[in-house]
Amino acid sequence: MNETQPALTSQERDELRRQGVLLTSLEELYNWGRSHSVWPLNFGLACCAIEMIAASMAKFDIARFGSEVFRPSPRQADLLIVSGTVTKKMAPHVVRLWNQMPEPKYCIAMGACAISGGPFKQGYNVLKGIDRFIPVDIYIPGCPPRPEALLHGLVQLQEKIRGQALTGPEAPRHLRSDDACDCPVPELGAHDIEPSHAPGVWSSPSLVRPDKG
Amino acid sequence: MDTVEHVRERLLARFPGAEVTVVPNGSPAGQHSLLISAAHALEIARYLRDEPGLAYDQCSNVTGIDWRDREVIDIVKDSQPGAPGGPPVVVERKVKRIEPGYLEVVYHLYSLARREGPVVLRLRTGNRSTAVSVPSLTPVWRSCEFQEREVFDLFGVVFTGHPDLRRILMWDGYQDHPMRKDYVEPDDYEWEPTPHGDVLTKAKRHYPAPTAPGMTNDE
Repeated sequence: MNETQPALTSQERDELRRQGVLLTSLEELYNWGRSHSVWPLNFGLACCAIEMIAASMAKFDIARFGSEVFRPSPRQADLLIVSGTVTKKMAPHVVRLWNQMPEPKYCIAMGACAISGGPFKQGYNVLKGIDRFIPVDIYIPGCPPRPEALLHGLVQLQEKIRGQALTGPEAPRHLRSDDACDCPVPELGAHDIEPSHAPGVWSSPSLVRPDKG
Repeated sequence: MDTVEHVRERLLARFPGAEVTVVPNGSPAGQHSLLISAAHALEIARYLRDEPGLAYDQCSNVTGIDWRDREVIDIVKDSQPGAPGGPPVVVERKVKRIEPGYLEVVYHLYSLARREGPVVLRLRTGNRSTAVSVPSLTPVWRSCEFQEREVFDLFGVVFTGHPDLRRILMWDGYQDHPMRKDYVEPDDYEWEPTPHGDVLTKAKRHYPAPTAPGMTNDE
């Protein structure tokens, strides 16, 4: 298929579907299957985990989106929901769990603490966001986010999965051979975790003060 | 209701050699406490628990306090010979001295049997650096175990006789004691939109240096 000019535009495809003709591509079928069977890791850190559990129960029913199979082993999980405060003592274990998950894998940073450290950001013992060590796909703000917000984040993740190409530079990590999948695990040092962030994953944003030019 | 004076009298009657001091609390709550010497702490604790008239069978809370070295100004009155034939003149002068700091461990005791409490016990270490050990009261009240570990972790008080004295919140290789007042936290400030207070002080250290004359970062 010509990459620049698809044989069938999405409008034409939708029109055909309305007429009862199903035309699809391997990529679409593959991503459709993947996006509706995202298995999260059975893993919670703080009060956000309570909301995550609520989302998996009957009232909010994450099973509607194919994600009810919370796996107790990282080897069987597709999605790491970092639900809660990541203390510096816990950070190496979270990164190790991430490294143990097979590709393709995705990460949701749920709640203010997992995004930035939240109310504990300026403390001595809390990681200032799990994205310092793990590439995060979806950020869900809130303290804690409601189960609906987690479901919305999951739907956003499904959109992202559906948009992933199987070939080319936009392909996900597991389909590219040049990309290292393992994140460096921080060490627990004498005064702080070392390093304080993974160099390849995250870099400190440059500080621009508009009022100072 | 047991008053601390009442408890102190009973302790002194039982242990004549012990030092038991009432530390008054000036707040409206008036929750005075008993400072006991480390040498007699364990037998005093056993007596408080086992004596039927006291029966303080529950230790609900163990916490630590870090008292830094502080400068005390004493006013000394000297009498100097005044004018010939006159009375001596009293001259006041201020003498500064450094009162050494110490670490303090506070225990809150309740008697479930007698529905009494709390009795607040205090133990003090010799200083903040070398003599930082006090006897552990875990053999008397089992509930002290984790809380004494926490005081050990965050303040650096070494409890002699503790069955399992390890760090409980921070990791084993950690070397600092974060609740000490002179603790320096790792310099990992990150930008915040509206810093204030201590965070603003930290933020100022991390703003880029002024590049042009007249440009300051002091806001």
